[in-house]
Amino acid sequence: MRDPAIIRLLPDGLRLHLHDGPIDLIIGADGEAGEVGKAYEAAARRFVTILDELCEELPLLRAAAGIGAKRLRGVVAQRMAAAVMPYAEHCFITPMAAVAGAVAEEVLGAMISAAVLSRAYVNNGGDIALHLAPGESFRIGMVERPDRASLFGSATIEAWQPVRGIATSGWRGRSFSLGIADAVTILADRAAMADAAATIVANAVDLPGHAGITRVAACEIAPDNDLGQRLVTRDVGKLTGEETKQGLTSGTGVALELLSQGLIHAAALHLQGCTRVVARGNEFAASMPLEVAEFVRSAVHA
Amino acid sequence: MTSMMPADTVRCDACPVLCYIKRGQAGACDRYANHEGQLVRVDPHILLDRAVSEGQPLVPFLESGHEWDGKLMRGAETFVTAIGAGTTYPDYKPAPFIISSEVEGVDMVTVVTEGIFSYCGVKLKIDTDRHLGPERNLVRAQGEPVGHVTTGEYGSQMLSLGGVHHLTGGTKSEGRVTCETLLNLCNGKEVELTIDDGAKVIVAAGKPPIVNGQREERMRVGCGSATIGMFAKQWFGKVDDVVVVDDHITGVLSEHQAGKLLGVPDTGIRIKGRRSTPGRYFQVAQPGMGWGGTDIEDPLTILRAFKPGVAWPKLRLLMVSTTGEQYAYFELDEKLQPVEKDLPAVLRESVARIKENCEPALTTVLFMGGAGGSLRAGVTENPVRLTRSVGLNLTRVTCGGAPVYVWPGGGITFMVDVTRIPANAFGYVPTPALVAPIEFTLRKEDYGSLGGHMDYVRPLSSLKISSQQRQMPSRPENPWPLKPTSTGGTQQ
Repeated sequence: MRDPAIIRLLPDGLRLHLHDGPIDLIIGADGEAGEVGKAYEAAARRFVTILDELCEELPLLRAAAGIGAKRLRGVVAQRMAAAVMPYAEHCFITPMAAVAGAVAEEVLGAMISAAVLSRAYVNNGGDIALHLAPGESFRIGMVERPDRASLFGSATIEAWQPVRGIATSGWRGRSFSLGIADAVTILADRAAMADAAATIVANAVDLPGHAGITRVAACEIAPDNDLGQRLVTRDVGKLTGEETKQGLTSGTGVALELLSQGLIHAAALHLQGCTRVVARGNEFAASMPLEVAEFVRSAVHA
Repeated sequence: MTSMMPADTVRCDACPVLCYIKRGQAGACDRYANHEGQLVRVDPHILLDRAVSEGQPLVPFLESGHEWDGKLMRGAETFVTAIGAGTTYPDYKPAPFIISSEVEGVDMVTVVTEGIFSYCGVKLKIDTDRHLGPERNLVRAQGEPVGHVTTGEYGSQMLSLGGVHHLTGGTKSEGRVTCETLLNLCNGKEVELTIDDGAKVIVAAGKPPIVNGQREERMRVGCGSATIGMFAKQWFGKVDDVVVVDDHITGVLSEHQAGKLLGVPDTGIRIKGRRSTPGRYFQVAQPGMGWGGTDIEDPLTILRAFKPGVAWPKLRLLMVSTTGEQYAYFELDEKLQPVEKDLPAVLRESVARIKENCEPALTTVLFMGGAGGSLRAGVTENPVRLTRSVGLNLTRVTCGGAPVYVWPGGGITFMVDVTRIPANAFGYVPTPALVAPIEFTLRKEDYGSLGGHMDYVRPLSSLKISSQQRQMPSRPENPWPLKPTSTGGTQQ
């Protein structure tokens, strides 16, 4: 029996919680009295059909990027496909890698076209779409492991900066990862782009063939997962310092490439207590991790 | 599909993702899981929780996955449903839960029990234009008669299933199969039914029906002729002729009364099939999965050559199905042959509007049961007073927290939309009979005066949420069951 979507305010009376099937959104907005309510209503109205829209096109969304992308009709589906397109020729990725970010963007879009808001965010399980009116800013906390809420760093995003999307991926998260990163957090123009890039970079943090890493075919766990036979990480044993460095280095290599292509603005990679940050100039790096074992700042362009 | 699924995998239907879930794993949402081959979302005894703020469809509830934090349930924001409450059948004992709570300054009592319904059945409304079978013919499940075809309604066919005669009046097997069919339908599961001299349908509450293997996606906006009538004005001037392809009645704008009234000139179009009245054609093709419920993929196959001398080069023709899902736009060349072109922007909106006006085709299931029997003794020592109190609308009847329609007249015979009740709320006993939740809510003073089991009334706060109980959000579409009754009509 189809469970109805849940639409409610959180007990703090301020944030909106929307839930439907696997989609779970926490939404916050600042604005004049009345505007926030209008925005929340618009968010809820837009939200209730999104899951059905996506499910109508699920087979295509679970197929490799590029396949049938032109046949996708839903706006969220099209946004997912566009977000993974830059990676289609380099590796296997499906539009599903951007689903959380794309949904967050869509709901945020409905809110800001319905109401005047100074700030707003739609957080879809760690993949976040932001709205900032001129002069406003958000402070973003980053967690080391998605299953443990301890901040390892924070970033401040100002309205003048181009970042409107944040996403985190890692093998401990809800989606499968091909890599071993505990968490990779990406700042990008938009949430769907950040979501896709986080998947790519987290997959790249890896030590192929390492005996301490347990990998299982995705379809063994979830028969209809888009990754099919591909091996996904289920456990990572204790790594030596050298191994950690090596794993992170393969990830930062990919992150730098994405940065140079303008696909992301910053990445924070976290593996067994070590963090590396890749960012354009000092824009974000200055406010990124605080106490970390290893800290690399890469200035690609000033 | 099903045959490819390993035996220990279940398919979750709680949301349209329809995850395949392996034994011991959870679905994409982490809320539904496969426990030893069964799809579970452990719902032992369900307590509905209501929104704090009146009038908003917002519902506070314990976050799933969070442990109970030790606090007692808040008073009137929680409503105890009868799902999983059990019953004290044969009912001379007080019902398992008789709960008092204060709502808007009024002391209310809710008597919670699971009823054993020997007199019950379901009414199915199946949205389809297909002929399912002659009225009054038997409906069978697993070969056993479980009900019959009743009236045809606008865009829908009604079936009546169950009832005491099928449950207990026939063979043992008939009763067992009827009970199982009703149970599955009430719990939202898929059921296959065959109609004597008619169709085979697969139905589930709130889902599109599958008729003879074909899933009904959308109800059409109307027949082809009706579609012409509805949209003629929007097409006028933007296109020279429109054919709405429909297996039932295909409509042609230039010949149709609606086109004539607007002054659409003849176009020399010629349609295959049998002309009924001007602009309305029967049997333009065979029934099938193509355009408008026909078997055609290429709409031009239903056209004959345009009449020379009437038709003209560059004549603009739109062909569209009754759901707007298929459409094509043509212009005639110098030899009056249609050449397909991109649909002009001015016509796109009308095609989209046809689609927008098609509602999703669904099967809806109403459970109907009689609670007027011995069940009442679990509520009061003077059963007829409960019946009267329900009749006077002093006592509100709910089914798993969902509003019910109580039939006027004697007894307490009610109907409820099964999709408004929490999942898997129905059970059965081998009698055979269905077990359904039922709650009676009334003012405490009224409960006393109708001979209620006052000694057994306990405050809501005495119920702690344990592993035996589960709190879940109330459904925004359901009115809050505890709201004190005012005078007036039956709650709907």
